[in-house]
Amino acid sequence: MLVFKCPYCGIEADETELNPGGEAHLKRFGPGSSDEELEGYLFNRENPKGVHFERWRHVYGCGKWFHAARCTATLEVFGTYSAQTFEPPKEIIDIIKAKRPGWKWRNLS
Amino acid sequence: MKRYSVFAVAREALRYHQGWGRAWKSPEPKKKYDAIIIGAGGHGLATAYYLGKNHGLKNIAILEKGWLGGGNTGRNTTIIRSNYLQDASAAIYEKARSLYETMSQDLNYNVMFSPRGVMMLAQTQHEIRGYKRTAQANSLQGVSTEFISPEKVKSLVPIINIDGPRYPVLGALWQSRGGTARHDAVAWGYARACSDMGMDIIQQCEVTGIRHENGQVQGVETSKGSIDCQKLGIVVAGHTGVLADMAGFRMPVEAVALQALVSEPIKPCMDVVVMANTVHGYMSQSDKGEMVIGGGADGFNNYTQRGSFHHVEETVRALIETFPIISRLKMLRWWGGIVDMTGDRSPILSKTPVVNIFINCGWGTGGFKAIPGSGWAMAELMAKGHSSLTEEFSLNRFKEGKFIDESVAAGVAH
Repeated sequence: MLVFKCPYCGIEADETELNPGGEAHLKRFGPGSSDEELEGYLFNRENPKGVHFERWRHVYGCGKWFHAARCTATLEVFGTYSAQTFEPPKEIIDIIKAKRPGWKWRNLS
Repeated sequence: MKRYSVFAVAREALRYHQGWGRAWKSPEPKKKYDAIIIGAGGHGLATAYYLGKNHGLKNIAILEKGWLGGGNTGRNTTIIRSNYLQDASAAIYEKARSLYETMSQDLNYNVMFSPRGVMMLAQTQHEIRGYKRTAQANSLQGVSTEFISPEKVKSLVPIINIDGPRYPVLGALWQSRGGTARHDAVAWGYARACSDMGMDIIQQCEVTGIRHENGQVQGVETSKGSIDCQKLGIVVAGHTGVLADMAGFRMPVEAVALQALVSEPIKPCMDVVVMANTVHGYMSQSDKGEMVIGGGADGFNNYTQRGSFHHVEETVRALIETFPIISRLKMLRWWGGIVDMTGDRSPILSKTPVVNIFINCGWGTGGFKAIPGSGWAMAELMAKGHSSLTEEFSLNRFKEGKFIDESVAAGVAH
């Protein structure tokens, strides 16, 4: 079972206490954007076998949304961080770099 | 190929069963093929089979990184039905279901197709309306389904509790020619027929790269060396995103784990398939007597072929209310597979941005039932460049907004 530490209330929360919220750090496209941009935003999710960044919600706890970095091939959790950011913090990136040399995710590596 | 028949059984019985031979060959890859199919699961093998049988294309290799039929083909709950709402879905799933009817004869391999009937319970007023609508749509599509009363449900499934308390059974959508088949046998039967046509099934051969020049496919790099091809079919379910990445384009799919379990074997007690989509569980009884139980997919991306434990509890808890008889059963086995989910929960059978690379994916939680229809349509697409069955399942439907929305139409469980 996945266990995440909620960065808001500090609780080690089991998967049953959380709701998955899909890919993190999406850039939203709406009216005025091109067809390709809208299609990409709506459907072309990152689907890596390896390092992934996601949104989760501590739904049966403090109720807050937060971010998590996780490996989809092993279910290893690299860390969690605040929802109030557009990209993963440096300490999370450093942990992933140490554990998964050569990883990439969108324009991050 | 030695045909299987009652005479073959009698002949072998007289010589200690020494003469059966292998069902398919396991050759080393050649340098070049007319077509390569990546993925020797049901869909990949069926694609190769119909390329040979319907289109005369037999210089084909089917590459498999693990073992034949070891992915989702060996991990599903073997349910076959075609009671979909949208016309495009009904066409391809009914094609598949009708091919299952004669598959054992076509392949000379007993796939144990059992048209025992599939029932989708209506447990809310909304479901009654939804299923009546589906039954009407099905009658226009030429798919034989009907909406039946709770009393008919009880007569078909005596072990069911139709009185609730929380979700009483209010009726059901009934497809009497739906059912189950032996999932491994489907893969094995196609493999044997493909091998007999001279195709090469190469197991434990992982594709590590896809070569293309000027937007035209050249071949693949594999753990058994480089292989050239004129046409390439990617039929890999959960790993679609990984293969698309190698070919340099993106697919609108996400890989998630779907799981199922079986109970200890018990005496025959239920001879139809029952799906309960409101409470999210479905159940049938295998020929061995195990109750085969499936539920929902996980909500997060996952490639580990195992699901979250709490889904088992949720699924079983829901089913116990409708089937009190199963509350004392022990769980015997529990497993997961990686399914590729699309935005509209319908598959993608399409050309790709690279010329002569074709993709067949996105069957999500319901691919087994579609195997023969999917292979039939994909073979036509690869051979002719177009197929009436695949037209609406093309990749550009996401850009154009022409969805085949089955995520609400078909109910959640497949």
